[in-house]
Amino acid sequence: MSGKLYDDRGNKDRTITKDGKVGELRAADNRRAKPVHTRDAFLIGDGMTGGYGRGADILHDCTIAVEKGQIAVIVGPNGAGKSTAMKAIFGMLDIHTGSVRLDGEDITQLTPQARVRKGMGFVPQNANIFTSMTVEENLEMGAFIRRDDPSATMAQVYDLFPILKEKRRQPAGELSGGQRQQVAVGRALMTEPTVLMLDEPTAGVSPIVMDELFDRIIEVARTGISILMVEQNARQALEIADVGYVMVQGANAYTGTGQELLADPEVRQSFLGG
Amino acid sequence: MDLLNAIVALSNFVIIPAVAYGSQLALGALGVTLIYGILRFSNFAHGDTMAFGTMGVILFTWWLQGLGVSLGPLPTALLALPVGIALCAALVLATDRVVYRFYRAQRVKPVILVIVSMGVMFVYNGLTRFVIGPDDQSFGDGTRFLISALDFRAMTGLQEGLAIRTSQAITLVTAIVVVALLFWFLNRTRTGKSMRAYSDNEDLALLSGINPERVVLVTWLIVAALATVAGTLYGLDKSFKPFTYFQLLLPIFASAIVGGLGSPVGAIAGGFIIAFSEVTITYAWKKVLGYLLPENLEPDGLVQLLAVDYKFAVSFVILVIVLLIRPTGLFRGKAV
Repeated sequence: MSGKLYDDRGNKDRTITKDGKVGELRAADNRRAKPVHTRDAFLIGDGMTGGYGRGADILHDCTIAVEKGQIAVIVGPNGAGKSTAMKAIFGMLDIHTGSVRLDGEDITQLTPQARVRKGMGFVPQNANIFTSMTVEENLEMGAFIRRDDPSATMAQVYDLFPILKEKRRQPAGELSGGQRQQVAVGRALMTEPTVLMLDEPTAGVSPIVMDELFDRIIEVARTGISILMVEQNARQALEIADVGYVMVQGANAYTGTGQELLADPEVRQSFLGG
Repeated sequence: MDLLNAIVALSNFVIIPAVAYGSQLALGALGVTLIYGILRFSNFAHGDTMAFGTMGVILFTWWLQGLGVSLGPLPTALLALPVGIALCAALVLATDRVVYRFYRAQRVKPVILVIVSMGVMFVYNGLTRFVIGPDDQSFGDGTRFLISALDFRAMTGLQEGLAIRTSQAITLVTAIVVVALLFWFLNRTRTGKSMRAYSDNEDLALLSGINPERVVLVTWLIVAALATVAGTLYGLDKSFKPFTYFQLLLPIFASAIVGGLGSPVGAIAGGFIIAFSEVTITYAWKKVLGYLLPENLEPDGLVQLLAVDYKFAVSFVILVIVLLIRPTGLFRGKAV
């Protein structure tokens, strides 16, 4: 009612929550998924076909892979299933065919929480910070599953995002959009993930902030963390991408390095506005 | 001299009782607000949870008194408090296990949980009356007054007396200690922070590896402790009667909502706002005004805005006004 500051009761992303006020982070039931072998990437969602619950399939034999320390970007028109593909990799979607493998290990049947423990970090598109808690507390909560002292990681996050160190005692809900995204990324980095998955990290931030966020993401990738990201700003995202996936209607349409896709006349015509 | 007399009379009849009552409401409202923030429903059984916990304290106090144990000037009930808290915790945890957990697993809407809590309320209500009976019970002992009106008059030579009852002093001290402990827990400990995180954003808390069942367990334990302490303090200050505790639900909810549901600071502020409103509106101001106003303006009537019987109307009116004008409460809680 009075401002959105403390209204974030749960993740407002309708695809992972239910109506009403109870949030829901559901684990997919992937026990029937049949493994398919393709190439050996560090993280791969391989031949994924499936949808939410018993609903119609949204993904059709979709394959997304990231190599170690690389940046992979999923782009495509609205409703193409970009975020859905990422959620499938994170175990929030029922896939009945295909598999998800992390560093050679089949994680298809793990819950999202278990995947976090395996080294996957996930930054949802909406409600991705604890608005009523300070920046520092957000980072501490990010490290909740760690039993060791996370202060070294926190120092690294502060090095990466100096503005957060300055504002570490402020409630995260009072920060600007770009700073909130930094908190969200920082929170996900606190578990020291090997893969960081970002769902539209630049949604709703200004172009300058977007450039800065991309710079930071490149820095994160240089530390050896693989990045998988869904982006609306296709052109800018492909410019920093080692590998890009163009999705259309839940399936892979074009795959290539970022530069290849940017140079591809068909991709330019259809998805990048000429 | 008249001014001093007026201040003393005001303290004696308004400020001191309202501070004690406000502390009790604040402790009650903290329990309500914690449940709302973490379990996401308005717990109508809270008044009867307080009654049950207090009953445990009373029964153990009687037993201690029978054994001849006492705390000297302090009420024996303080010694019995941990036992009452343990009994109350056992009850709410059993309820959670048998009743609430089922509905949590179904992910029902909060409004269904509210109705469920009303059922729980009736069960607790019956349970308390079955064990201790529906009548007034007295269990306070120790010194009755910290300062009695007579002593105060003798000491200061003022016309008006100022009495501070031991129970009022204990209420304030206990409330401060409990609130300080609670805030330390919520803001400084890992478990406390995880509770706030869960209250803030459930999905992100799950993603961060926070175990919801553990958060719920700790919440119930804290709520049981708060409810028992609040109930015992109220019982020592006034008297214990199961029906009165049920009636306390209204001012407690009013406090929590006025402060902003889900906000602990708000619950405390709300408790004092409601307490001071109730006491000032139902207080007969004749005496204080008599001291302050010039002789010819002295009021003839009692200058009592509302009879004490209607004191619940005060909290109800405040509740309605807040819901109309600022539904999130003073401290930006969650809209109801």
